[in-house]
Amino acid sequence: MRTSSLGLFRPGDSPVHRMPAGWKLLILLVLGVASVLTQHWWGVSAALLVATIGSYRAAGFGVGVLWAQVRPLWFLLGFTAVVQVITVGWQRAVGVSGSIVVLVAVAALVTLTTPTSALVDTVVRLARPLAPLHVDPERLGLFLMVGVRCVPLVADLARQVREAQIARRATTSTRAFVVPLVVRSLREADALGEALVARGVDD
Amino acid sequence: MRIELERVTHTFGEGSTARTVLRDLTLTLTERRIGVIGHNGSGKSTFLRLLNALVLPTSGRVRVDGLDTARDAKELRRRIGFLFTDPDAQIIMPTVAEDVAFGLRRSGLSRSEVDRRVRDLLVRFRLDGHADHPAHLLSGGQKQLLALASVLITEPLALVMDEPTTLLDLRNAAMIGRVVANLDETVLLATHHLELLEGFERVLVFHEGRVVADAAPEVAIAAYRDLMGREP
Ligand SMILES: Nc1ncnc2c1ncn2[C@@H]1O[C@H](COP(=O)(O)OP(=O)(O)O)[C@@H](O)[C@H]1O
Ligand SMILES: [Mg+2]
Repeated sequence: MRTSSLGLFRPGDSPVHRMPAGWKLLILLVLGVASVLTQHWWGVSAALLVATIGSYRAAGFGVGVLWAQVRPLWFLLGFTAVVQVITVGWQRAVGVSGSIVVLVAVAALVTLTTPTSALVDTVVRLARPLAPLHVDPERLGLFLMVGVRCVPLVADLARQVREAQIARRATTSTRAFVVPLVVRSLREADALGEALVARGVDD
Repeated sequence: MRIELERVTHTFGEGSTARTVLRDLTLTLTERRIGVIGHNGSGKSTFLRLLNALVLPTSGRVRVDGLDTARDAKELRRRIGFLFTDPDAQIIMPTVAEDVAFGLRRSGLSRSEVDRRVRDLLVRFRLDGHADHPAHLLSGGQKQLLALASVLITEPLALVMDEPTTLLDLRNAAMIGRVVANLDETVLLATHHLELLEGFERVLVFHEGRVVADAAPEVAIAAYRDLMGREP
């Protein structure tokens, strides 16, 4: 499967699907703030991890779906975990890595079970009180959506650049990867911006 | 719809990197089917973007039904929809139905009215079975149909299409061609698939930023072929 389907809404009728988007975002926010603390308590981290797996189950997804969401991170997480086990002990490693996995997995669960339009509408509604601070709620919602939209887009581009490199037997230097990726990302962003304007998002 | 270009010149960049891509164009377009052909880099896309105020003329004026593109961009884009070459670049929302509905976000229409319009368009383009599917997993031809549906939802009077079939295989290109032929709206179409221009009322041939032929399809295509014959 192409990377672009990562975290993409899958229609369903589970309790997780039916939970209002505002509540899901709130839970995510609380988890994000709490992770500052939970990374020190490996027991809490582990319990949240179990709860997360349970939530995936409740939404009708298996462990495979959860794994697919965190897989792009495993290398980074595995590496830091190993370093932490050696330097500060396994408890801290479980605490930190567990918190990150929980956050990524829950964020993905929110987008997997909520239509993007519902998320955007919720953000727009929540941001309304910020209007006096010159924050345009519509814009903020749209900004978020375009951000969400760009993650799989850039992931896809990265894969294409990698393939082009392999096809040309190019060296695997970081610069040879980053430069074309940035250039292509900017070009895509340009095209997306133009499409947004053409479809009336300029006011 | 009446499109008027008055001594339009467009230059990208400034100073030593300046590049004039449209030179002193004066045209009045009123036909329902207008084709635009020419080599890569001849100025087709820049010309089409002018009509939707995505590009403003460096000098001269572009007016659509009396609206000046430099002043009334917003109103103008309500009347003219734009279809790009790469459907991936214009799909904004993750699922098919959501992308079609996107254009009506701030229309003030009721939820049920929006849903009804979306469903009608999806049925019309045989995409109703994909309503909740990820837009990026559609085939190339279906993506371009989706992009077209997403533009038509706001009921524009005219559609500007910039090589909408260039990335498609021949079968899908022909399919899009049939869909375009059946549209009630005014169509301005740039293409390298010359057979799509059958039945068009007027075809413009661009060459180095100028219109070098402006005639019925057979005559214009002959002029375009002649142009190719004269190059190495
Ligand atoms: N944003 C831009 N900046 C600089 N040059 C551009 C830009 N867009 C197009 N051009 C140049 O303008 C010329 C005409 O381009 P374009 O209108 O896209 O032609 P066509 O669509 O017929 O291929 C090309 O030489 C192209 O390189
Ligand atoms: Mg072009």
